[in-house]
Amino acid sequence: MTRIDGYGRVDRTRTLDFVVDGTTYTGHPGDTLASALLANGVTVLGGSVTLGRPRGIGGAWVEDPAGLVQIEEPFPEPMLQAATVELYDGLVARGLNGQGRLATVPDTARYDHRHAHCDTLVVGAGPAGLLAARTAARRGDRVVLVDDRPEAGGSLVPADRIDGRAAHRFVADVVAELAENPEVLHLQRTTAFGHYDDGFVLALERRTGEARGTGVGADHLGAAAPADRSRRRVHRIRAGRVVVAAGAIERPVVFADNDRPGVMLASAAREYLHRYGVLTGREVVVFTTDDAAYLAAADLAGAGARVTLVDARTALPAERARECTAAGVTLRAGATVVGSDGDAAGRVRAAHVATPGADGPRTEVLACDLLLVSGGWTPTAHLFSHVRGRLVYDAGLGAFRPGAAVEGTEVIGAANGTLDLAGCLYEGAGGDAPSSAPEPARTPALVLWRTAGDSSRQFVDIARDATVADIERAVGAGLRSVEHVKRYTTIGTAHDQGKTSGTIASGITAELLGRPAGDLGTTTFRPPYTPVSFAALAGRERGDLFDPVRTTAVHPWHVAHGAVFTDVGQWKRPRHFPRAGEDPDAAVLRECAAARRDVAIMDGSTLGKIDVQGPDAGEFLDLVYTNLMSSLKIGRVRYGVMCGNDGMVTDDGTVLRIAEDRFLLTTTTGGAASVLDHLEDWRQTEVGHLKVNLTSVTEHWAVFPVVGPRSREVISAVFRDVDASAEAFEFMTWRDTELDGVPVRLARISFSGELAFEVNVDARYGLAVWERLIAAGRPYGITPYGTETMHVLRAEKGYPIIGQDTDGTVSPHDLGMSWVVSKKKADFVGKRSFARPLNSDPLRKHLVGLLPTDRSTRLPEGAQIVEFAADGTLPPPPVPMLGHVTSSYLSAELARPFALALLKGGRDRIGDVVHVPHQGALVPVEITGPVLVDPEGARRDG
Amino acid sequence: MQLIDCPWCGPREEVEFHYGGQAHVEYPAAPAELDDEQWARYVFFRDNPKGPFAERWSHAAGCRRWFNAVRDTHTYRFLAVYPVGGARPQIPGTRS
Repeated sequence: MTRIDGYGRVDRTRTLDFVVDGTTYTGHPGDTLASALLANGVTVLGGSVTLGRPRGIGGAWVEDPAGLVQIEEPFPEPMLQAATVELYDGLVARGLNGQGRLATVPDTARYDHRHAHCDTLVVGAGPAGLLAARTAARRGDRVVLVDDRPEAGGSLVPADRIDGRAAHRFVADVVAELAENPEVLHLQRTTAFGHYDDGFVLALERRTGEARGTGVGADHLGAAAPADRSRRRVHRIRAGRVVVAAGAIERPVVFADNDRPGVMLASAAREYLHRYGVLTGREVVVFTTDDAAYLAAADLAGAGARVTLVDARTALPAERARECTAAGVTLRAGATVVGSDGDAAGRVRAAHVATPGADGPRTEVLACDLLLVSGGWTPTAHLFSHVRGRLVYDAGLGAFRPGAAVEGTEVIGAANGTLDLAGCLYEGAGGDAPSSAPEPARTPALVLWRTAGDSSRQFVDIARDATVADIERAVGAGLRSVEHVKRYTTIGTAHDQGKTSGTIASGITAELLGRPAGDLGTTTFRPPYTPVSFAALAGRERGDLFDPVRTTAVHPWHVAHGAVFTDVGQWKRPRHFPRAGEDPDAAVLRECAAARRDVAIMDGSTLGKIDVQGPDAGEFLDLVYTNLMSSLKIGRVRYGVMCGNDGMVTDDGTVLRIAEDRFLLTTTTGGAASVLDHLEDWRQTEVGHLKVNLTSVTEHWAVFPVVGPRSREVISAVFRDVDASAEAFEFMTWRDTELDGVPVRLARISFSGELAFEVNVDARYGLAVWERLIAAGRPYGITPYGTETMHVLRAEKGYPIIGQDTDGTVSPHDLGMSWVVSKKKADFVGKRSFARPLNSDPLRKHLVGLLPTDRSTRLPEGAQIVEFAADGTLPPPPVPMLGHVTSSYLSAELARPFALALLKGGRDRIGDVVHVPHQGALVPVEITGPVLVDPEGARRDG
Repeated sequence: MQLIDCPWCGPREEVEFHYGGQAHVEYPAAPAELDDEQWARYVFFRDNPKGPFAERWSHAAGCRRWFNAVRDTHTYRFLAVYPVGGARPQIPGTRS
């Protein structure tokens, strides 16, 4: 064990058991999986993704390019960084070789979203962020403060002092002050992962910790989770001002064999010591180009390690060097680490230290079990970059930092390149900044991307096994942009998104190209800052809540009667009602036969319905329909077609005139919303002077077509006061009646060519009326039918389905519906386009019927239509396409399959035989008119 | 997730809105009098500038009202919102 007494903030009074790669270990509350493993002396964890080289923990938080684990228990989760997994009892994990495995069982945990609105959002609760939040809160702002760590305080260590007291004491005081302010929402374990327009920030809260009342720390509570608790929560924060105080991430220097387990960031080792009480090595070599690593060296030496510090600079920071020497650290100036040795397991066991000499560099081998690296600091400016903030190269930092300000966004502290505590406090609090202990002046960092050595063993992105040699290849291949180099080498594309490798890759690329790093720039950061699970993004919007399901009033009856459902938009509609042993085709043929020979009933409630009211309603409908609607008499029904400005059909349906100033129009089920939008657009923006209002009443009415030669008897049996005779109740009329005091509207509308009555009733009575109709129809063998039978019946009559038989390039004339286009009206939407020359082209595609001459092949919908040349063979490729099949069914009435199609010049080719390729053969089909059943319309009155 | 300032409801998230293309493309008073090219220009041709652009927007998942806006197609910034039929605000560089 390498846990050092007197260090760390973990709770050593309690022990947690966990299993990694089959071995059981113990840790403490407050540990991460990484700190607990290191405390147990485990340094090798998994291997690399392509080379299979051993990997270990290299960082202490989200920057770690290695240390990947697959969580197995309590719930499988792929590819997490051990350094970010908070330890809990019963955790079972496995080291990963770069690729994880998704769970094969459903995730029972709850995920949710919450909205927050604030004046100031502060990201990061280190010294700068805490003070920025305090300043804003004292000013009276509504504040949200988020920080991705379990505790506030950022990278402060126990020895730091603020405002004359221990820094952690000061932090606790500020946190307490914020907690008392009702206008402050302070969330730890919450990562702001994306920053978007207008102060919109997404943050992921890990609602980990102790399962309430159980005393057991856990992350994934699964089925044991209390109903009121979600595991992860996405906060959708809208902020007037976003303050990014996300700190900075230490950067390594690249050297040969720098990917061994035991090679770690200097800041990480310091953090493992102070946060977790774990000494990560006993024989330590620290390789640095910057002052900060001196603190790590001194602290580790103070905790009992033997430390040698190798500084690439010849001028050492005098005061830091004195502190180190006092702590027993050996210092080497002007030296670099150029390689490492490993033991049998791959762990680092020595560093190769090169010192320049008069006759060339001299390399010596220093034994070590921990090799720390520090090449300076990269500001965590991701949230600034997300909103198109430009990052500029700072030669003093050797890194990119925020450039010109972006409106509404401020970057402060280390994220802004300010590395000293006093500076961070000042940027957070301005004149109210508390005091801190004076720090020695920083000796300028040396910008060093890599040391001498074999570039094929110098790892730039350890997660991707990408080396300096890969960048050399990219540059050699002619790539000049860091964005291209990134994609060529995959550097920066792993789980860590290049937090430690991105800047180095830019620097090495610039060096190889002989250009300044600032000229070349860096890659753009894009959300998310850290990986976010799809479960969290989905939140509650999964399963039944993923998309609304719309059902009609009769849905329970359909379910009880074995309907097979089909999705029409969000609606669940019965497709057919199979009887025992019936396949879908047999069911549809039976339903079709019942409608044509006896009586059948359908739930047509999903039909779009729009109530149009106002003194100018008629004039308005004249504008949007191709035919005249204002002349429709009260009590009558008219079929209508709508077109766009281009003259192409967009929807069709029936219009009932209810009163002088009131119409009820129907749309296709799928077109209900878009037709209402289209009408509203015209009403508001083009004819605002018309007095007319539009209301969707789709859900208000249940609609049941009762169809077939015996339908009159069923209607008469249910609605005894209605004379349903052909003379008294004419085709395309409607009338109101009552059933046990409930108003019912009946209409003589037919979408099948048969005698038919459409029963409309308040949806709340829909099921009751449906059951009455079924009961009354039983003596006549009334048959419920679904959408497929409806489609067959209408296709047999040549009635198109807009959107199936049309595709936005089809005019009413193409459908053979010139009769629906008014010649009287001066204008209506689409009229002028009918006069365009293209519209009179005789080779436009027309709606026709197709009959396969073998009387047995059902053509696939969408199949192309071709024709033979004069010699009876296909023309050479590309074979001209004449059109395509739009609808295709078996017909009970015709006792053969048939189809509708859009065919070039089709109406002028009735009787011709063309071909449809299907399953490797060419099926001969005869072109017919679109109306195949009862072309003279003899059946509509029964 | 941008905010769009609905003239009736105030700032709301962009997902509540539908885009309606270029504004101030009036329906011709007498389409029958236009020749084919003039009519085709009305039906099919729209500007596509980089910079401020007068556009139609509908608060589809809110008050369902149409309004006009001048938006910079380069920065996505809304520079003005104004009612249908209202005068186009004077914003330098606005096309259409």
